[in-house]
Amino acid sequence: MATRKATADTRRRTTPAAAGVESAGDAQATQPVEAQRPAMQTVTINHVSRIEGHAKITIKLDDAGRVTDTQFHVTQIRGFEKFVEGRPYYEMPSITSRICGICPVSHLLASSKACDEIMAVRIPAAAAQLRELIHCAQFVQSHALSFFHLSAPDLLLGMDADPAHRNVAGLLESHPEALRDGIALRKFGQQVIERLAKERVHPSWMVPGGVNAPLDPQVRIKTLEELPGAMAIVQRTLAMWKRALDGFPEEIEAFSNFPTMYCGLVGPDGSLRLYDGNMRFIGADGAIIADQVRPEDYATYIGEASMTDSYLKAPYYKPIGFPDGIYRVGPLARLNVADRCGTPLADAELELYRARFGRIVQSGFHYHYARLIEALYALERMEQLLANPAILATKVRAHAGVNNLEGTGIIEAPRGTLIHNYKVNENGAITWANLIVATGHNNLAITRGVHQVAERFISGKKIEEAALNRVSALVRAYDPCLSCSTHQLGVAAVAITLVGPDGEVFDEVTT
Amino acid sequence: MTEKVKVRIDGEVIAATAGQTILEVARTNNKYIPALCYMEGLSTVGACRLCMVEVSGVARLLPACTTPVQEGLAVATTSPQLESYRKMALELLFAERNHVCAVCVSSGHCELQTLAQEHGVTSVRYPYSYPRLPVDTTHPRFVLDHNRCVLCSRCVRTCAEVEGAHVWDLAGRGVGSRLVSELQRPWGEATSCTSCGKCVQACPTGAMAEKGFGVEEMTKRRAAVSRLTSMREGE
Repeated sequence: MATRKATADTRRRTTPAAAGVESAGDAQATQPVEAQRPAMQTVTINHVSRIEGHAKITIKLDDAGRVTDTQFHVTQIRGFEKFVEGRPYYEMPSITSRICGICPVSHLLASSKACDEIMAVRIPAAAAQLRELIHCAQFVQSHALSFFHLSAPDLLLGMDADPAHRNVAGLLESHPEALRDGIALRKFGQQVIERLAKERVHPSWMVPGGVNAPLDPQVRIKTLEELPGAMAIVQRTLAMWKRALDGFPEEIEAFSNFPTMYCGLVGPDGSLRLYDGNMRFIGADGAIIADQVRPEDYATYIGEASMTDSYLKAPYYKPIGFPDGIYRVGPLARLNVADRCGTPLADAELELYRARFGRIVQSGFHYHYARLIEALYALERMEQLLANPAILATKVRAHAGVNNLEGTGIIEAPRGTLIHNYKVNENGAITWANLIVATGHNNLAITRGVHQVAERFISGKKIEEAALNRVSALVRAYDPCLSCSTHQLGVAAVAITLVGPDGEVFDEVTT
Repeated sequence: MTEKVKVRIDGEVIAATAGQTILEVARTNNKYIPALCYMEGLSTVGACRLCMVEVSGVARLLPACTTPVQEGLAVATTSPQLESYRKMALELLFAERNHVCAVCVSSGHCELQTLAQEHGVTSVRYPYSYPRLPVDTTHPRFVLDHNRCVLCSRCVRTCAEVEGAHVWDLAGRGVGSRLVSELQRPWGEATSCTSCGKCVQACPTGAMAEKGFGVEEMTKRRAAVSRLTSMREGE
């Protein structure tokens, strides 16, 4: 890759101002200073970004210093689709959940649903309710993590705040209540997962055919007791965020604010669905393009393009083709796609949201707002599910062998639509697997979003702190889980490279 | 008439019967010696080398499961040298195949995992060999995952000695050894297999499991297999 060669040939230096530590994880990544060299052209800055996984961004400039091209590279391969070949299908939930420690529940559920199809079973009603319950708990914890732990430093302290303080520790000084709320909300979600499934991360409770243990009545009582507290946190945060939004006109304007298609799961009545439902694609104008697309038909509508400069594939809407069939998934897309949420408090918030920003909200910055409305919806759904005593039924698992040679499971992961599609032989050994993860669907949109932010905030041959953080914050708004395609510990999360027309690296920043 | 002998295990004088192995005497008297290939009710093979003990007057270590006791035998079941050898043997078992506890059906109920925890195996000092091994899913009820097999041969002995079918054998040599059913036929095509499942219950790891069991779900009923032999002893 030209960029890499150029980087290797060019000198590096550490910019002390930006070397501030945003979290402990990347302290070791600081580069040594080569003080004797004159006139620098490449700058490496190390500090920590707040996203899941690792990525690299290349921004190309023309002679006049204008942005001509941007690329979003995911630099690690995971190989799950290949190395699961030969494994018994019922091991797939536990294997694929290892893709990510933030939303293992999503992979467990999508995988279990694909296995349900292979077994050709309709799982017991209580099992479906319990799966949705734990999924909602995961939405709460994951959305809390994204909003409070990862993005709140930008949102509450400001995009231009000193990077040394623009972190969770900085929040503790200036916004202790918000930070406490965020930690409490995530804890609530994680504890519900632990109570239901015995483990918070990678539990073995969700299995092909249902779940492996019924709901403990005490867990139901305890969770119902704690729900109002969690609900109050989300409502408080929503009120705060609605007031704060006016402070981000530039970000709303420039963060992936462009028309795309949207995709998400909806129920038969068009309402928001997280666990079940069929896919709906809408156009940028809100017109329904494809509705009630069943999981097994996903490949008719979604194509996957392999990229030459990234291990992350770029899914596109097949009938339109690549790359014009760009669509987005995730909180923003789900609220655009669904007619309504289907729960009273979330629907009231959705109305306010649409009244303020329109029926179809295009700006990627509003992923944050949408995320909060979804957290409220997830809590309301948990309340509805727990209120029904039928959830305590003890028959929670269907047993069967291989009855179909292919199965597809689709759910809405916190970050967007998640597709697991497996083929097995007669004995139940996986012969082929395809996983389409949320961040994959958003790949084209993130790339285009980076371009938009770069055009707006980058000028000249150097990546200034304000531009750097806004490019990172744009990526963060999508809450990308790059772990789904990559994972490496202790290495900088996003590297941004500024490249001139002849391939010369003007500036390089790792964040 | 059985001859009574006196032996010392870790300094304690213990009465035993001639012909008993050191391991049997130790376990009867609540003296712990780790073992993986040993299973009550089956013949002994001394394959896993975890039960090695020090016997006074003998320069080399001896496997407790195959060494019979005799009058005046003095045994040390633990020492720094034994501990280091046992840990090494466990690490080599992990390095030899692809043991991934996190996604194993037997995690939490696995004898290899338990032994590793008992012996403080927190990492493996030897390079993993990462062999490419198949999973035999051809049997309608059971599955054999060679990645998790430790070649203890408990399944081989259970099938031959308890069920009397002798479906299983070990083929090949050294690290190339593989468990085979009926002269390399897939398990599902082995005509002598009665599908009794005793081999699965005897397996110390997740190498043999019932189909449909997810991660951490496969518990084994080894005692049920051992009990069959003890109930037959009076016949």
